[in-house]
Amino acid sequence: MENYPQLVTLVVLIPLIGMTINLFWGWRFGEKVSGIIGTTAALLAFVVALLLWSYLSNSGYPSVVVNPPILDGWIRIGSANVEIPWQMRVDTLSVTMMLVVTGVGSLIHIYSIGYMHGDPLFSRFFTYLNLFLVFMLILVTGNNFLMMFVGWEGVGLCSFLLIGFWFDRPNGVGWKNSLAARKAMIVNRIGDFGLLMAIFLMFWTFGTLDYYRPGEITNVELAEHSETVTANEGEHAATESVAAPTETKSEGAATEDTTAALPVYTNNDHIETAQLGVFGQAERMIAEHHEVDFGPFKLPIETVLVLITLFMLLGAAGKSAQIPLFVWLPDAMAGPTPVSALIHAATMVTAGVYMMVRSNVFYHNAEFTSFVVAMIGATTAIVAGYIAIGQWDIKRVLAYSTISQLGFMVAAVGVGAYGAAMFHLVTHAFFKALLFLGSGSVIHGMEHGHHLAHERAGHGHGRDEHHDAHGHDEHDEHHDEHEFDPQDMRNMGGLSRRMPLTYITYLIGTLALAGIWPFAGFWSKDEILANSWLDGLVNNHFWGYIVLGLLIVAAAFTAFYMWRQIEMVFFGQPRTEAADHAPESSAVMVVPLLILGVLSIFGGMLNVPANAGVFTIFGLFENIFGAEKLTLWLEPSVANAHAVEFQPLIAIGALLLALAAIFLARSIYGAGKAVTQDNRDPLAVRRDTAPIWNFANARMYWDETYYRLFENPFNVLSRFLANTLDQDFWHDYVHNTVIWKGFDAIGQILARGVDLGIIDGIVNGIGTLVRWLSGRWRRLQTGYVRTYAVTFLLGVVLVIVILLLPALTNAGK
Amino acid sequence: MVQTEAYVMLSAVLFVLGTMGVLLRRNAILVFMSVELMLNAANLALVAFARQWNQVQGHVFVFFVMTVAAAEVAVGLALIVAIFRTKQSINIDELHQMEG
Repeated sequence: MENYPQLVTLVVLIPLIGMTINLFWGWRFGEKVSGIIGTTAALLAFVVALLLWSYLSNSGYPSVVVNPPILDGWIRIGSANVEIPWQMRVDTLSVTMMLVVTGVGSLIHIYSIGYMHGDPLFSRFFTYLNLFLVFMLILVTGNNFLMMFVGWEGVGLCSFLLIGFWFDRPNGVGWKNSLAARKAMIVNRIGDFGLLMAIFLMFWTFGTLDYYRPGEITNVELAEHSETVTANEGEHAATESVAAPTETKSEGAATEDTTAALPVYTNNDHIETAQLGVFGQAERMIAEHHEVDFGPFKLPIETVLVLITLFMLLGAAGKSAQIPLFVWLPDAMAGPTPVSALIHAATMVTAGVYMMVRSNVFYHNAEFTSFVVAMIGATTAIVAGYIAIGQWDIKRVLAYSTISQLGFMVAAVGVGAYGAAMFHLVTHAFFKALLFLGSGSVIHGMEHGHHLAHERAGHGHGRDEHHDAHGHDEHDEHHDEHEFDPQDMRNMGGLSRRMPLTYITYLIGTLALAGIWPFAGFWSKDEILANSWLDGLVNNHFWGYIVLGLLIVAAAFTAFYMWRQIEMVFFGQPRTEAADHAPESSAVMVVPLLILGVLSIFGGMLNVPANAGVFTIFGLFENIFGAEKLTLWLEPSVANAHAVEFQPLIAIGALLLALAAIFLARSIYGAGKAVTQDNRDPLAVRRDTAPIWNFANARMYWDETYYRLFENPFNVLSRFLANTLDQDFWHDYVHNTVIWKGFDAIGQILARGVDLGIIDGIVNGIGTLVRWLSGRWRRLQTGYVRTYAVTFLLGVVLVIVILLLPALTNAGK
Repeated sequence: MVQTEAYVMLSAVLFVLGTMGVLLRRNAILVFMSVELMLNAANLALVAFARQWNQVQGHVFVFFVMTVAAAEVAVGLALIVAIFRTKQSINIDELHQMEG
């Protein structure tokens, strides 16, 4: 049992293997094998996550740090004192994320087998999905912020690849998809800048990026509490020491002998500050009123924490699509619908929330950031909820809904409700994945219905040809078919009769999202509302009340736009031939819907509040898992996750408001009035509501505002730099006039003066000289033997004279 | 016994005569003969000195000179025959194609 945490390596490794197989050999496998490999990898990872869950449950929720065998000692620069190990963390928070990612991920893998049927890049799709799982699991299992960053960038890459998956669609659709992918990438880079700055600041301040070091106790309060409660029995002492031997085991045999004698600690006071992880150090620095040295100036630790958390919030706003960086998510719906479900609803976009919950110690101690976080989350929730009312595209409504719900989670972090944020993250993963997959099923049915209708009308092409080449398309690409859009809700209607299973599950998802009792969304949304109320009441945080007000209105919007969607898609009469002929999707797509439907109904039982009276049918729901199960489960790893008392008034108020919104939507859109005769929204027709609806339909001009504020000035600046500065000034003037002419002038001097004058002069002069000398010297060569003989004789005489000279002179003396 | 000086004097006279022949004559054969005369003048001097010093090297050297002279005659006459065949003349003043 102690070795179970080591399995965490497999959670990452199995999807990696699946990805590799599909990457290299997927193209020759055919759909079935590719799909099975990808899905099996996801399912096996889910099984491993389940094993880890059972281990944690049976060992008293320890937090274990695992050193994977290969990547031990990831980044190590001795001289700079930098040490960032590749360590994986198995604790209740990371296992929760693993379960959500692999569990919902597996269902979406299965669904994709049906949805992507016939796509020529089928195996590539599964390669990307598995790669996404790899990076998402690195993100949630890492024990330091740099590993989180690796995963963070990796999922961003997969998001980019999958949004632009259909980049080669004809008629400009592919181009639009590529633009959407690019937008997601660029907007996320802005957020990543924030995350990087936060990481740099953390490293400067703490000298490490580890969350918690091995052997460190995450939730000191809880550990001390349980120690006093069960001191006599020593049960929890044993529990605490479970973590210690497991964590020290991988550090070498030398320490192993001493583990048995290790004292059981209930706090971290015995550890030096530098040996603690970032969160432990932060708490101690606050207690010691530490000041962080930035060279020219010093800042108190509280200020530094505010800076770190604000930068982190920028990162979270990018990844989790919060104001001001949410604009990429609606466009990201250009990707295949399973991608929207997995990446852009259930898992990747919650990475920002996960990061903030993981950093709860920072946020808990940075009050100003909490205020900013709460306001951004609540504002995003209400703004996105409002925009969703005016959308026609079935997926776009869900995209804005996702942004809105992520706003709920972020707001929950802002009011200190980390447990509630995670709770909503989990339930949202269930019902939003369900809704996206349901919308995919609807789109799929609409496309098939469209082709069936055309076939019956007698001017369609062959059925099989359509099916193979275009059956899975989300974007209509036929010019001759009057730009039929299978995602436009105006083309739908009455689908409840054609697609009963999709309808039922979609309805469940809608009720769960709208927060109707007893579906999952009711419990998680209510806990966030209760927490914001109590944050204002107990902690005197005035923003708690503001958040509560904004979120309640946002919840009403949620119920309204979801019911509008139900009325438009499933009720009334079919408004097109396609809707009239839409068939129910195949089993491989419907089964995941049913499973997610069950989870959306019962997901709330994970964390039902205690003493909720009639809401839990007097404790009946509590008996399923126990009250506040998720919060209790998270507490050991999320130090500031606390269960709060149930607030019946808020619950009733929110529920009544949601029901009222549904009835309002029913009265406006119900009874066949979902779309007016001229294809307009009933709200857009009425004079008093038209401006409100039109403003929502125009998405509050966010994109246009960004275009005017950033994109257009950037374009103008770029154009100025490119055309005026680069082309006209630099190329035309500097290059052509200054450099070219100057070069030419120097070249002239060198060519004419230096080369022709000096160098050629020297060379030619030597030639002339040699010719002149040789002209004279050649006269010596007369050709007459006699001349040579005389010369020879004279030479001999000369030699003899020289030889005899000493003798002659001596003789003269 | 005749004085060595006499031999050397004779040798010198012969040498000068040979030299004059080489320089002044135009007939290639005569030039050639003058060269031989110079060689023999040198031979005479060598023999004279060898006899004076009672040494054998001078004699030996003379034999070498005679051998080489014989070979030289063979080559030289052949050259002259070749020149005559091409030029129809052995006047060395007509042989100045090598002038610069």
